[in-house]
Amino acid sequence: MRVGEILIILLSLRGMLNITLVAEKIFSIGGLPVTNALLLAFLVLVVLAVLAVILKNKLAMVPGMLQNVSEVAIEGALGLMDSVLGDRRKSEKYLPLVFTIFIFVLFSNWSGLIPGVGSITVGQGADAIPLLRSPASDLNLTLALALIAVTMVNVFAISIVGLKERISVFFNFKSPIGLFVGLLELISEFARIISFTFRLFGNVFAGEVLLAIMALLVPYLVPLPFMFLEVFVGFIQAFIFGMLTLIFVALATTPHEGENAGH
Amino acid sequence: MFTDISMRLLATAFVMGVGTLGPGLAIGFIGAKSVEAIGRNPEASSKVQTMAILAIAFAEAVAIYALVIALIIKFVA
Repeated sequence: MRVGEILIILLSLRGMLNITLVAEKIFSIGGLPVTNALLLAFLVLVVLAVLAVILKNKLAMVPGMLQNVSEVAIEGALGLMDSVLGDRRKSEKYLPLVFTIFIFVLFSNWSGLIPGVGSITVGQGADAIPLLRSPASDLNLTLALALIAVTMVNVFAISIVGLKERISVFFNFKSPIGLFVGLLELISEFARIISFTFRLFGNVFAGEVLLAIMALLVPYLVPLPFMFLEVFVGFIQAFIFGMLTLIFVALATTPHEGENAGH
Repeated sequence: MFTDISMRLLATAFVMGVGTLGPGLAIGFIGAKSVEAIGRNPEASSKVQTMAILAIAFAEAVAIYALVIALIIKFVA
């Protein structure tokens, strides 16, 4: 126990192993801090926006490679959404929200694996902080995504089934059991925000810690399977975020069938 | 013998060890039952798959809660 803790303390002090739970601030814009994770998120945003603009301007009947790949991806996503929603028009309506969340989280997670992220530092000596850090390892970013997802679920629900129907899901005065179930539904809505946030944050941050420690222990060859694991986990977490958003939208926008029939 | 740092390391390891038992078992059960359901009725495969992914994500989230507590113990106060 003593040797292990001494080793970790020494390495932390020497700046070889600087793992912080909170993303470090690089500079401020106005009064608002910009952390290294937020910086990489901005870069990912710019890359995605540029890709989108290029795709739009170069749309052709005979597709080039970029258009081909994008068409395969979007067709695949629409097919998957069809199998959940059952209707192509509904899939096209919810595609912007679900696919954007998926693509943004995917590119964020994968961009955190690029060499240079986490190793290029600013500042001297003891307070050298990494310039870039995996975007989802900042709790604020995952919280923002979770809030967007849950808010949009409710916006879609209100726009499709109406405000009264949506509120009656949570405040159901038909019977005492209905009241209890409604309360549970309300609590589970907030629990969804928490679980979205911490699922993505926990997976990405744990992956970062794992990679840092593996690279520290055996720098050659051994980190490779862990990098593959991180590529896989990044994809899975993006997929799960998108799918769960889709499923919650689907659940929230189906109107209640007759409650009287056989309850 | 029990310094602050050593207790912290011990607590972190204990949280992760005990906290991932339940979710691990849960995910195993979900996988087994959903594969069995698909084997019985291949036509309902996509419905079963959707439910299975949803249930596995929820079960994994509980393990992530344990991970968050472990991280807080280790890195914050």
